[in-house]
Amino acid sequence: MNEDLKKTIIDYVKHEYLEDEDEEEIDENTPLISSGIVDSFSMVSLKTFLEKKFEIKIPDEKATTDAFDSVNKIIVLLKEFNVT
Amino acid sequence: MAFSGKAKDFYTGELKGIREAGTFKEERFIESPQAANITVEYPVGASTQQVLNFCANNYLGLSSHPDVIKAAHEGLDSRGYGMSSVRFICGTQDIHDELEKKLSTFLGTEATVLFASCMDANAGVFDVVLDKEDAMIADRLVHASIVDGMRLCKAQLYNYKHANMAHLEEKLQETQECRFRMIITDGVFSMDGDIAPLDKIVELAEKYDAMVMVDDSHATGFMGKTGRGTHEHCGVLGKIDVITTTLGKALGGASGGCVSGRKEIVDLCRQRARPYLFSNTVPPVIITAANKVIDLISKTTARRDKLEDNTTYFREKITEAGFDIREGVHPIVPIMLYNAKLAQDVARDLYQEGIYVIGFSFPVVPKGQARIRVQISAGHEKEHLDKAISAFTKIGGKYNILGKGKKEIIEMYGY
Repeated sequence: MNEDLKKTIIDYVKHEYLEDEDEEEIDENTPLISSGIVDSFSMVSLKTFLEKKFEIKIPDEKATTDAFDSVNKIIVLLKEFNVT
Repeated sequence: MAFSGKAKDFYTGELKGIREAGTFKEERFIESPQAANITVEYPVGASTQQVLNFCANNYLGLSSHPDVIKAAHEGLDSRGYGMSSVRFICGTQDIHDELEKKLSTFLGTEATVLFASCMDANAGVFDVVLDKEDAMIADRLVHASIVDGMRLCKAQLYNYKHANMAHLEEKLQETQECRFRMIITDGVFSMDGDIAPLDKIVELAEKYDAMVMVDDSHATGFMGKTGRGTHEHCGVLGKIDVITTTLGKALGGASGGCVSGRKEIVDLCRQRARPYLFSNTVPPVIITAANKVIDLISKTTARRDKLEDNTTYFREKITEAGFDIREGVHPIVPIMLYNAKLAQDVARDLYQEGIYVIGFSFPVVPKGQARIRVQISAGHEKEHLDKAISAFTKIGGKYNILGKGKKEIIEMYGY
């Protein structure tokens, strides 16, 4: 697995979604949506970030809450767009 | 008819899933007017019980005020029951225009247009004023109706961490290239009773040339020294471009909402906002009553002052009793219990004590933040508040949570 890619996404999630006082640690397997860290509404920012960062367009049917539910799952999704 | 067995089985399964998740919403039948003291049949079929209502949005106690009821009767007699039309065909009476002008004066805005609800106002307004080349920058905890409204709008969506001004500023910097930006927030957030820092939001909006939109449903009528809302409370009267609010809470509690703010935006809503164009007009009986409500609260601040006193009293006493509450000044007082089952159990026991409150848990609030949301009203008398505090203390003692904070309650009951 591309460690840089993993770190990029984890850093974004931490900065974007966790409050400063949160003690929660996030790794590549932490559930994001089903745990409530990222709600389905604010998932849009994550999708926009990935699209801008990697210059891709993720169609809505692929941007499911399941496909975004952990950093690992996002990495699997990105592979479809040749981002590794 | 083609309601197949397949469809029936699917929907039955969905309902079962909601029940199993513990999020099935049951309605309780109230057999009296909305007030501090109500008669409730719960569960359905049980004998009725007199309880004190601490979960209505009846902030000013105007839902069943005699002057408001009288004005509603007068509206019924003088302007009839229904209009059988949308506004722009034959659904606008003189009293609709009168209410829109009164709301503009009260809110300190240029113009106002009524909607069937604030949900409709929020569903319509964004799509009217923003397009693909624009950005909506919303607080992450905005009300569900705003989320739905933003989904109906083609503008790019950004959101910032709740009330986090540094994060909002980042988003404003990120979106510099957009044609128009709109910062979108609730004035008061309904689950925590916390207040958006509108003074700081307006400052950032001015710095980055963005518009500001506020849903002030939980503030109109009582926040600020003369009850104009969160913008008065934060000292930014006249600086909010779009305010949406409701007639369904403090302002008599019937139904109806509005978009109020910049004249051009309001005028465009009249031309293009789909929920406005395709919903029936708000009925005359509600309009005449709402006109009376605005008259009452414009003449005197007595009711909002009493609400403020009641809120301060309840917040002080419930804290002294040893409950862990979200601090603040708003009549929404979240009593934190953290565990979902504990919140349900405490609410059920309080009902037996004659106090009607509801437990809220995930997904309405974040996981591990279950609570009882107490809502104070100007319709409450001191003895009502004392009775509630005494019942809370008794039930809090039963569950051994008095004087305990988050960590200790979670240790005892788990998330």
